[in-house]
Amino acid sequence: MAILVGRDTVVLVQGITGREGSFHTKLMLEYGTRIAAGVTPGKGGSEVHGVKVYDSVAEAVKEHPEINTSIVFVPARFASDAVYEAIDAGLKLVVVITEGIPVHETMRFVNYARSRGTTIVGPNCPGVITPSETKVGIMPGHVFTRGPVGIISRSGTITYEISYALTKEGIGQSTVIGIGGDPIVGLTFTEAMELFEKDPETKALVLIGEIGGDFEERAAKMIAEGRFTKPVVAFIAGRTAPPGKRMGHAGAIIMMGEGDYASKVRALEKAGVKVARSPFDIPSLISRVL
Amino acid sequence: MKLYEFEAKGILARYGVETPRGVVIARGDDVRGKIESSGLKPPLVVKSQVLVAGRGKAGGIRFAKSLEEAVSLTELLFDFPIKGLKPRYILVEEAVEHSSELYASITIDKSARKPVVLASPYGGMDIEEIAREKPESIVRLHVDPFIGLRGFEARMIARRLGLSGGAQQSFASLLQAMYKAFIDYDAELVEVNPLTLVGDRVIALDARIIVDDNASYKHPELAIERVEGGEVSEWESRARRLGLAFVELEGNVGVIGNGAGLTMTSMDLVYEYGGAPANFLDVGGGASSERVKRAVLLLLEYPKTKSIFINIFGGITRCDEVARGIVEAIKEYGGKPKPIFVRLSGTREEEGRRILEEAGIRAYDDPVKAVIDAIKAAG
Repeated sequence: MAILVGRDTVVLVQGITGREGSFHTKLMLEYGTRIAAGVTPGKGGSEVHGVKVYDSVAEAVKEHPEINTSIVFVPARFASDAVYEAIDAGLKLVVVITEGIPVHETMRFVNYARSRGTTIVGPNCPGVITPSETKVGIMPGHVFTRGPVGIISRSGTITYEISYALTKEGIGQSTVIGIGGDPIVGLTFTEAMELFEKDPETKALVLIGEIGGDFEERAAKMIAEGRFTKPVVAFIAGRTAPPGKRMGHAGAIIMMGEGDYASKVRALEKAGVKVARSPFDIPSLISRVL
Repeated sequence: MKLYEFEAKGILARYGVETPRGVVIARGDDVRGKIESSGLKPPLVVKSQVLVAGRGKAGGIRFAKSLEEAVSLTELLFDFPIKGLKPRYILVEEAVEHSSELYASITIDKSARKPVVLASPYGGMDIEEIAREKPESIVRLHVDPFIGLRGFEARMIARRLGLSGGAQQSFASLLQAMYKAFIDYDAELVEVNPLTLVGDRVIALDARIIVDDNASYKHPELAIERVEGGEVSEWESRARRLGLAFVELEGNVGVIGNGAGLTMTSMDLVYEYGGAPANFLDVGGGASSERVKRAVLLLLEYPKTKSIFINIFGGITRCDEVARGIVEAIKEYGGKPKPIFVRLSGTREEEGRRILEEAGIRAYDDPVKAVIDAIKAAG
């Protein structure tokens, strides 16, 4: 079953002719991802690794109506435009890899996407993979294997680390989602958890958090209130990080002590979640709850 | 990017916010000439322009009864370090006699994914304490980013602070001006604290604006020389000039990772196995060999490091680029390099390993083994 992406996912690559877009198109094709078309304004008519390139999303979707998902590699200054274009073309899932998009722009397109029924993953994220079916992202495919564990992560590289550790222990993953490291992201921990709750294949969940923000606290609340019922283990990056820079009084008033390592661990443990001290402790913790 | 008080006030004034009359004096200006020709009427406030918090408590704000006193206080403040940093600019303003201090700010609520307006009748230096002790005294309102802050919403906030009549209208106009600036400048924060009432008029006595670094290219007019934060060390500012995310720490194991999460976890690993990291250095996603070279060179030169632990798990980052950067850094460094322990996994790891091994550097698959060896080598 898995969630968000699978065999039915047909992908459009926005920014396909760029360095990252073209390189990862190749890797996604090698993984088995169904890529129907690419878009780069002004480069319509060309081909990248055998994938046809169009000038606009509308043209690509008209020629390839089976497209239902977009992955965006467009540089930060033009990325928002690409996201609106994908939403307006009616795509239901848009994965934004681009790093460095101004937060006001993300805030607007995330709200717009919600009003139009489009799910945004990212920005500044590694994407989504359902192992052995499809990869809509930049993660190294070989570290994943199919199985019963769902993963939701704020940190790209720790996701690879933990998936690899699980794979080496013979524990596979249903779907792995990197939600992105920006202050504002589309899909949140709790929204992704709602999807995993309904997925019969997923038997347990790994949450990979980071200091800052309150996603982990909200996830803990959801678990404590019984809205997520599967076993969860977590890892939070930043245990030994010195207190970070803070953002004026407003930031402090909004957060009120939430967001540091201790607060996240406290909230999760209170909800019955085991928090691993190291990413390499995750496999043994997960095998105990499976 | 944090803006100086005088920049923030200048922006807000253009949107119609009333601020005290004042003059900005840059280091090297003719202090006496500028103050005497400013037309300002004493009493005056002389304010050190620094980007660190706690300026008032650190003595960076002084009162002058005369122009003469303002001149000598300005000269004094130019030589008066705030948290280790002498200011580049001083703002001299007419003092505004006031009895009330209110608070207003607009920021982004990351969880709600919307702008949020915060306002309180109790502004001033202790606003955070008040937020903790009397959270009900802080009025919050989320704004729909597509509709913006409407007049009726701004008036409602003013009423909830107990303002009426002309003061209510003036405060509402201030909030709407702040919201416009917040949007136009891609701000992470627009804060007026304190603001006061003189009759029915709201006056911004201090102001802060933080512009999103990712959007600073849209605002070339803000490109003045600024010194951010007094706590930035020599090595941190050196790293910043190289475009690297670097934090100085107290240990002796240099740490480089790709991605904040993996880099922080690499620090955790160093502590876990009995060592102490000398730094945090995140080369970010998709780092080129040039960027990696700069990072490795920085740690080779950084005196605190006795050994270097490089932890890379490539996704968008390519291991061959990383390997090339490491080899080039050692070549360019010339002298005997500090021992380097590289863990390479992920995208193009075979190519990366080959490049390292050809240069006589061992590539680890297991970060724990690499970290243990790095700690041992650091002694």
